[in-house]
Amino acid sequence: MTDTIKDAVKAFVIENFLFGDTTHALADTDSLIENGIIDSTGVLELVAFVEDRYGIAVADSDIMPANLDSLARITAFIASKTAAPATA
Amino acid sequence: MRVEQFVINSARADGAKTALVTDRKRLAYAELDDLSSRLAAALAANGVKRGDRVLVFMDNCWEAAVSIFAVLKAGATFSPINASTKADKLAYIIDDCEAAAILTQAKLMPVVTQARAGIAERALFVASTQGSPGRTPEGAVAFEDCLEAEPAAVEHGGIDIDLAMLIYTSGSTGRPKGVMMTHRNIDAAAESITAYLRNTPDDIILNVLPLAFDYGLYQLLMAMRLGATLVLEKSFAFPQAIFERIRAEKVTGFPLVPTMAALILQMRDLAPGFLPSLRYISNTAAALPPVHIARLRELLPGVRIYSMYGLTECKRCTYLPPEELDRRPGSVGIAIPNTEALVVDDEGHRVPPGEAGELVIRGPHVMQGYWRNDAATAQMLRPGPNPWEKRLHTGDLFRTDEDGFLYFVGRKDDIIKTRGEKVAPKEVETVLHAHPGIAEAVVTGVPDPVLGYAIAAVVVLSDERLSERDIIRHCAAHLEDFMVPKIVEFRSELPKTDTGKVSRRLAAETLGAAE
Repeated sequence: MTDTIKDAVKAFVIENFLFGDTTHALADTDSLIENGIIDSTGVLELVAFVEDRYGIAVADSDIMPANLDSLARITAFIASKTAAPATA
Repeated sequence: MRVEQFVINSARADGAKTALVTDRKRLAYAELDDLSSRLAAALAANGVKRGDRVLVFMDNCWEAAVSIFAVLKAGATFSPINASTKADKLAYIIDDCEAAAILTQAKLMPVVTQARAGIAERALFVASTQGSPGRTPEGAVAFEDCLEAEPAAVEHGGIDIDLAMLIYTSGSTGRPKGVMMTHRNIDAAAESITAYLRNTPDDIILNVLPLAFDYGLYQLLMAMRLGATLVLEKSFAFPQAIFERIRAEKVTGFPLVPTMAALILQMRDLAPGFLPSLRYISNTAAALPPVHIARLRELLPGVRIYSMYGLTECKRCTYLPPEELDRRPGSVGIAIPNTEALVVDDEGHRVPPGEAGELVIRGPHVMQGYWRNDAATAQMLRPGPNPWEKRLHTGDLFRTDEDGFLYFVGRKDDIIKTRGEKVAPKEVETVLHAHPGIAEAVVTGVPDPVLGYAIAAVVVLSDERLSERDIIRHCAAHLEDFMVPKIVEFRSELPKTDTGKVSRRLAAETLGAAE
């Protein structure tokens, strides 16, 4: 499940922020901001992608580096939001 | 006063006070003073002399602040370079200003190495931060090692009419131009701006704007001059994270550009008073739309909102006293203290209120000219009525109201303002024309609710296989991020005037019409 999410996120990032340039070595844990891959408007595009593709409502308070600043973090964020609610 | 005195004086007044806060480090004034003295000594030991140019090619990190003051303490001139600058432009700047040294970060070293490949014969001292402890990038000495030098003062003999800074701006000829600012220019601008913002040493200013952009750079310079505290952040990509920082650090001053205001106003869950420590916000680069001002006032009750206007060539031209905001929301105000802003006709005479003319600036903040570019300098700095001075012709069209308040009307040239930064379309076109698959291209700005203007390219292909993505990728490899076109439209020919001249205006008018 998370592998498919990660693939989709990676494909989105490469397509939209690296303009299809696959020569850029992008590790799963690389910061997208530190590496100059996304900027303010890029984050908005990323949020729109997450909302549209996965049907998640992303609150302002979710738009934080901890949730969105690397492929791994975005994947984990989507996975946590799309997982069946825990019934503990 | 020389600019390095800002830090020296503030350290003397209260060395324990926090000067700089970044995500990884907090520096007291005494520490910033000490570290910059050490780096200055290392620069001098490595051949940097009075008047030499030193590039500070870094993002918004504490090392950049140390570097700027170190270069000045060595008697040299600093040039801040945007961290998204690509190798060919960096090589151009190294060559243009005959840089003696570059101070950079490990992540940017590949760009430095690539830039140097084309100009291998030039002697250049390169210091880079280490990627991980103990790993100094090839082709550089460790920045960390430079900070171990003995902090003995460099006896350079410099005075305050020497050059402090060269700041490159997008040039209408397609090549960037280095704006020359003396120590005295910077001191005068900083004094004037902090006076009308009513800054005190108690202010805590949060800056997300690049230090390579003069609006961001002056947040550092002004905070150090005041003995205030600067919280330095790398970007506004995550506004909520910045808001948390503002609350945690009890930030009092927050400089914005219109794009940031637009991003804030797109947020859904903000409640009035959500930033209780703020005393003022400022906006420059382009006027905020009145609806944005109204909404910001609702969200930030009691916060003084400064609408301002300026250009790198004199740092800042005007500000609107916040009490005037309700009466004249579309105005960018009056000349900043101890300067003059006039609206003149083509002969240089003042025009009556309501009539558009060129904004002309007088004052101690006006640049000395463009580095080794007399033609461009002569166009901007022109003789006025006084035989002893030249006035800055901004190229901006303004009008005044009956009370003398200024309103932006438009540009005399084609410069595009996007995300608060100026972009000469020619610079983007030069990169497009360098692509073998592009026959012709023209670049223009189209209005955009967040960016102000979005950069749009109208392209005629010689290689029909190229896609919009290919074009954008090519631009992204050669231009700073903010210069990369957001829109690419393919045509069989470029829009031309009746006389056959390629027209940016027609391109702007017809963009999207083909869809």
